Parts: sequence; C-alpha cells; structure tokens
Amino acid sequence: MIEAAPVLEVRGISKRFPGVLANDNINLTLRKGQVLGLLGENGAGKSTLMNMIYGLYKPDEGQILVNGQAVEIAGPKDAIELGIGMVHQHFQLVDVLTVTENVMLGNENVSGPFLRRDRARREILELSGEYGLDVDPDALIADLPVGVQQRVEIIKALYRHADILILDEPTAVLTPQEARGLFKIMHTLLEKGVSIIFISHKLKEVLEICDDVVVLRRGAVAGHADPARSTEASLASLMVGRDVILEVEKAAATPGDEILNIVNLHVHDDRGLPAVEGVNLGLQRGEILGIAGVQGNGQTELVEALTGMRPVDDGRFIIKGEDMTDSPPRRVIEKGVGHVPEDRQRDGLVAGFTVMHNLVLCTYYRDDFSNIIVVDDRAIADNAHQLVEQYDVRPPIINNPAGGLSGGNQQKVIVAREFSRGVDLLIASQPTRGLDVGSIEFIHKQIIRMRDAGAGILLVSSELDEVLSLSDRVAVMFEGQIIDILPIDEADKDTVGLRMAGVRDDVQIEGGT
Amino acid sequence: MRTSSKSKASGRPGFKLTRIRIIAMVLLVLGAFIFLGAGGIDSDLVTTLTFETISAGETPSVGNIDVPTSSYLRVIGLLFLITGILNLVELRAQRWRRASLGLLVLCGALFIPSVIIAAAAGNETNMTTIVAESLRLATPLAIGAMAGIWCERAGVVNIAIEGMMLFAACFGFTTLFYLRNTGLPLETAQLLAVLVAVLSGGLIALLHGWLSITFRTDQIVSGTVINILAVGVTSFVRREYLLSTEAGAAKLGNISIPILSDLPVIGEAIFTNQPIFFMMFVMLAFTHIVMFYTRWGLRTRAVGEHPHAADTLGINVNRTRWTNVWISGMVAGMAGAWFSLEATGSFNDGMTRGAGFIALAAMIFGKWTPIGAFGAALLFGFSDSLGIRLQMVGVGFPVQFLQMVPYAVTLVVLAGFIGRASPPRAVGQPYVKE
Repeated sequence: MIEAAPVLEVRGISKRFPGVLANDNINLTLRKGQVLGLLGENGAGKSTLMNMIYGLYKPDEGQILVNGQAVEIAGPKDAIELGIGMVHQHFQLVDVLTVTENVMLGNENVSGPFLRRDRARREILELSGEYGLDVDPDALIADLPVGVQQRVEIIKALYRHADILILDEPTAVLTPQEARGLFKIMHTLLEKGVSIIFISHKLKEVLEICDDVVVLRRGAVAGHADPARSTEASLASLMVGRDVILEVEKAAATPGDEILNIVNLHVHDDRGLPAVEGVNLGLQRGEILGIAGVQGNGQTELVEALTGMRPVDDGRFIIKGEDMTDSPPRRVIEKGVGHVPEDRQRDGLVAGFTVMHNLVLCTYYRDDFSNIIVVDDRAIADNAHQLVEQYDVRPPIINNPAGGLSGGNQQKVIVAREFSRGVDLLIASQPTRGLDVGSIEFIHKQIIRMRDAGAGILLVSSELDEVLSLSDRVAVMFEGQIIDILPIDEADKDTVGLRMAGVRDDVQIEGGT
Repeated sequence: MRTSSKSKASGRPGFKLTRIRIIAMVLLVLGAFIFLGAGGIDSDLVTTLTFETISAGETPSVGNIDVPTSSYLRVIGLLFLITGILNLVELRAQRWRRASLGLLVLCGALFIPSVIIAAAAGNETNMTTIVAESLRLATPLAIGAMAGIWCERAGVVNIAIEGMMLFAACFGFTTLFYLRNTGLPLETAQLLAVLVAVLSGGLIALLHGWLSITFRTDQIVSGTVINILAVGVTSFVRREYLLSTEAGAAKLGNISIPILSDLPVIGEAIFTNQPIFFMMFVMLAFTHIVMFYTRWGLRTRAVGEHPHAADTLGINVNRTRWTNVWISGMVAGMAGAWFSLEATGSFNDGMTRGAGFIALAAMIFGKWTPIGAFGAALLFGFSDSLGIRLQMVGVGFPVQFLQMVPYAVTLVVLAGFIGRASPPRAVGQPYVKE
C-alpha cells in the first residue's frame, strides 16, 4: 500500500478529569482518503480524544497536527476552520428546526442580517446529490428517522467544507440496513478525498471498512492492527486485554411450563396507528425466544404493552397463568417480570439519581429497602455495593449520578437491577445496543444464566447476530405481525433476513409500509 | 405513559375522548346555556352596535347595527348546539369533517361579539371604543410578552418582567420629574425619561443575566429576587424623592400617523395615539422578524432548544443568552414606561399590578411566538376593557363573570386546536461546558 500523506496527527496527547486519566500519551495518524478505525471499550477514552480534536475539550499535554502543521484548537470554531467535522454519538441537531436551518446554523448564509434559506437549501441539495445523501431540506428534524438525521449531520460537516470527518459510533443507532447505507456514503466520501476517523466497537464493521485500526484501552493506545491481517477475535482481545469468547456457549434448552402466552394482541403507536396487529406467541420457562425484525415493525409497542407501559387495544396476554392485560407496571413487576427497555436513558434510568438509587427503582418500597415510610439508605447502599461489583459497573462509585456513566455502564446498572431481583420472565429489548464486546459478552452470559435458572426470556433485538446466537427459537416480526417462528437450527441468516423483509415462502407479504 | 385515552381491552375500539370531542361537549353545554338564557331576555330588546369616534362633540357614526338580542342569542345557541353535535359524532366523510371543523372555528370567532351583544342588551354600545380600549390596555401586556420571548427563546426563564417593568416605570418617571423644571422642552424630557426607563430595564436584566447565566443561580429564584427587589427599591424611591409628585406630570402626547389618521373612525381611534402604543406594533414586527428571519434569531432559537448543538457549531451560548436577556430587559423597560409615562403621568407603589405575569401568560398562551403572544395580549386587553365597559353600562350580575368568559373560551379552544404549549427545550437550564 502506498502511504498517503497524513492529514491529521495526534502526538502525545493526555487529558485528565478529576480522578481519571482519560487519555494517556496517545499517538495516532490519519492519512488522506483513508479510514482510521478507533476501537475501544466504553470509557476507554475514544470520545474524549475526539472531543479534543474537535475543540470541545482542551488537552493537558501533547500536540495536534493538521496537514503537518501544529495547530491550537480552542473551540469547535477553530476545528471547523481547519476542515474538521464531527458527527457526535448523540446527534447535535435542533429538533424544532428544519434540516436547512440546522445545516446553516453557525455558518449562516445571509444577506445583511437576514437568512438566505433558499441559498443554503440549494447548497444542501447539491451536496446531497454529490454524495448520495438523500434528505429533504425542508423537513423538521423531529420528523426524521435516525438514519436520515445522521445524513443531516454529515451534510452539516460537508457544508462547512470538512475534509476530516470524525464519526463517533455512527452505527450504534442504526439498523443493519441503515448501516449498509452509511458505508456506501463513506465510500463516496473517501473517493472525494475526505479522510474519516471511524469510532466503533463493532469489530466486524471495523474490519470491513477501515484501512488502519488503533485500539484504545483504559485511556492509552493498546496497539495498532492491520485489518487485512486481523480477526474479530484478535481485535477483541486487544481491546479487552484478554481473550474474549465471541461465540455464545450454551447448552440446549430445556423448556418447562408456559410462562407467557400472547393471544391476538393489538396495540397502537404514539400516533394512534395500529403497530401490533394480532400477535400470538407462547414462551416457556428455560427458553430464549428471540424476536427479529427491522426496527419499527411493532417490537417497541409489543414490549411496552407487555410491561404495562402502553394500553392494549384488543387481545390479551397471560403471565404465569394470570391475565395481565393492561396491568399497571407495578403489578407486572410484582408478577416477576424483568424489563430491559429499549431506550435506556428514557425508560431505564433516572439520570439525575445516584447509581445506588437507580438500582432499587422498582424495589425501593419493599421491606428490604424501606421501613414503613422511610427508605433505608444503608440497605440500598449495601445492595448497590454488591451489584456494582458483581456486574462490574465502572467506575464503581455508588453515589455518582447514573446519567454520568458511559452508555455501557448505564446498561450494566439496568441489567444488574432487573436480573438481581429474582424474575421469572425477562423481557429484554436491545440489551446490548451500543455496548462494547466485553460488556456484550457479559450480558449474554447473564441472559443464558437466567435461562438455565428457569426463567423465560423474550429477547427483542435488531442485531440479527445477537438473536441468532442467543435464541432457542426465533420469531420474525414484520408490520406488526409475527410472520414466522423458526427453531434455532432452521434459522439461518438468509432465511431470517428474508422474513425480516416480509418475504415468506418466496412470496411477498401483501401491504405497504 | 404516553396515551391517556385508554379503551378497554374487551373489544372493538370504542368511543374515544378526543380533544375535539371534549370541545364539542363544552360547546353543547354553552349552547344550551345560551339558548335557554336567551329565552329569559325580553324579546323586544335590541342591542345597537355603533361604530363612532370616541371624542364627544360631533359623532359622525359610520353606521349602526341593530341586533334583536333575544333572537340573535337563540340563533347563536342553536349554532353552538349543532356544531357540538356534529363534532361529537365522528363523521366519516372527509368533507363533512372539514365542514364541522369550520363551524367550530366560526363559533369561536362569534363568541366575543356575542358576549358584547348579550351584555349590552337593550342598550347602545360603541364598538370603536371597545376595540380601541382593548388595544390600549393590551399595550404593556403585548410588549411585556415580547420581552419574555426574547429571553425564553434563548433558554433563560424570565419571570422578572414584572420587576423590570416596575423599575423602569419608577426610574423613567423620576427622570421626568427632575427634568421638568430644568428648562428642557417637555418632549425632550419625556424622550429622555422613556430612554432611562428602557435602560433601567436593561440594567436590571444584566443583574438577571449575572445571577442566572454567570453564577447559574436557578432562573426562577433570580427572577423572584428581582421582583421583590423592585417592590422595595421603587417604593423607597417614591417615598424619598417623589412624594411631592401626587399631582403628576404630563403624559406622553398623541402622535398622528400621516394619512392613516385621516381615515374615518379608526383614524382617530387607533392611528392617533400615544407613542408607546405604536411601539407595541413596532416591537411585534421587530421581534417576529428577528426571531424567524435573521441569523441572530436562528442562533437564539438554537441556543434555547439545544445549547450543546449550538456550541459544537462554534456559537457562543452564554454570550447569545446575555445579549438576549439584556434586550429582553430593555423591551420590558419600554412596557414599564407605559404605566408611569404614558397611561398615568405619575408613579405609584406596585403600579404594574401583575401585568408582567399576565404578559408571561400571554407569551405561553401564544406558544412563545410573537404573533400568538400578541393575540393573547389582545384577548387580555379585551377582557379588561369589557369589564370597564360593563361596569359603566351596569349589568344585573357581577361583571367578573362576563369578564371571565373570554378566558374560559380561549382556554378551551386553545386546548383543543393548538394543543400542548411546548416551551423552548433548554429553558431554565444553565449551560455548562464539558
């Protein structure tokens, strides 16, 4: 390979936060027209490093070079001027403004004090044509799916003439199909001479798209890897610092009594439109039933109905022999149902509460944790110490607000809470979304452990690999219905993929979107 | 919990309490009330709506409309009932559904004239006065609401509008009081007084900014501090320096807008008026244009919604907020000047009488948009003027009830048509980098 000229170099950068050395003497080089993969577990310091390159944080030590010149990046404005663009993990878009307004914000096309929306609009259309970034410039951000919002973020960077693009975990929020689309866009960008830093902890993606990989561990560079000569296993062990078992090891299921029975369930979505249209499903103790499907085919509403968070329009479901249709969440919890929600920040945690209080969110009222009317903080703290250690929440400080933890550790807090209170039925929605391999391995093991202990597990995930590796049976959901249920040995990627697209027995299922 | 309407699991999607249906029920009750109430009015009574100039002397009336009170109210009551029923049953055909919604809007529009007609049964009532008075009384509310928009759109809660107004009213008047005997022409002194009022509003706003942006004090607390401070400081100033002013000073003089003021009736009622009255329209246009058509407005809105996003694009969040809070204070100062310099020509303790809070209510009513807030301020102004009017006419029951009606109706209509008011998302949250 001919070595292209370096466009961005980081030399000896360190950054300390109170009590943590977030980045320790990091070096890396991004070359023109290439993709540099940045791998690391949650909290390994990837985002910190990128925020320094983008001027949001100031490095304590070290140097950043752009096109061979040492530069001082005091704020995002400087970064933008140097041609650096960043797509943040949590999109930085203003919901109530249009695409055009979001793109032009901070860099407005004006005449006098007045906005020239028409000109900005035209530029956006040009960019979207040139790079294959399909967006409607007049749409409100709030109305757009995440995949499109991401395109808006990329356009934002290109509109500012970025030729160094930082993508911070861009695929964490995308469906597999959307991720495909993103890779195509990335290829177009590379052809046009843009250089990309790709942050991810999905090993497969990194191997597929990157020209060079830098692995961070605990704030320091753990090593470089050449994707052409690496495997997922080698990257994973570099990342975690030990060998990681990527394949889930589990014994055959030994199904027991039926624990959940869903009969002809109908549920509507937020807009009042039918989302779940006649689902019938049965789940037994000691088995994992995976629900595969492209996001937005009613999985969210199904789970919310089962956990008492959404009213049921028609049909019913029975848990442990009792009709639990339209029960309030407290009753569902008391029935022994655990729930790992899809959106952990909205439904899983109270971000402003401490870790220890988040760990008793659904049990605080029980005698273990409260005396008549006073909560027993000592018991709650003891419980938290134990769980934080057992579930490896980092940092293990129980008095920190949960919102301050990294995404993976937030998820561990939820998993610790839900798995530790003796549940018989676990409903896990996207349990490993956005997590690193170490955490995924851990959570998968816990799910298997629960199954072997005799719980029934309903696993909803848009990661097909996850569904296939964990489940004992796979149900595919499409447009609000279960279009097929396959035993795991008949469920291969191709078959399930076809079902996910609504194809069954080589016949397209009727009905539009 | 996202959905409140919950149909039982037992069967078909049954009758749902939608927003429209709730309005429809209110309309039914109202319609029945009006219809039956109309029966109690003597059928010979006639309400005469006149459209004449306000000044006594000659009254070149443009025309009178005689409305037979009882029959009119019967028709209106019937219209309400029909509209209520049409909206209660869910019509299938799109065309019918649209027609019944149209009727709903018509009912809303007819409501306020109907209140006037009912209230003035058997009498003459001058519509021009009511309109002109509504506008006049809406002035401090509308300008105050604009002040609120400037601040809150940038993400800073401003419940200190009341205090800022009071400060401005006091210092503006103090200025006029000390300047009037210095030989300065009255107009110049008044202009300076208004200027001081505006600037003192701005100064107090800087205190708000200092507390809530720099020190990240809770914005409600900071606002409350200012409101309490205003009451204390201004009454102190009055007692120490202004006691001899009970006689008052000259109010701001009328200005006639060329050409427009020659129009019959409204020329005199609206286009010949005091300066701050006209400033209301200027501020409305200014705020609307800046917020939605300029770079500054776009940045302001972004900072109020998602400050971190603005920050990543190189926008200085806190500087944007500072500037907006300052402008907000000056606009509030203008509203304050209305009380002491334009309306009364004197300063009294607590003379703003909660107008700052009503202005905030107007802002929220108008969903943080200048035009909506202006409309809400007009409604509040109308309610005030209606009260005054009715007291003069002398109706048989407590005026407060009729005064209440426009608010009640607007609440229902607003809840039905426009839905939940959503404030700028980051309002009230100090911005912390890192």
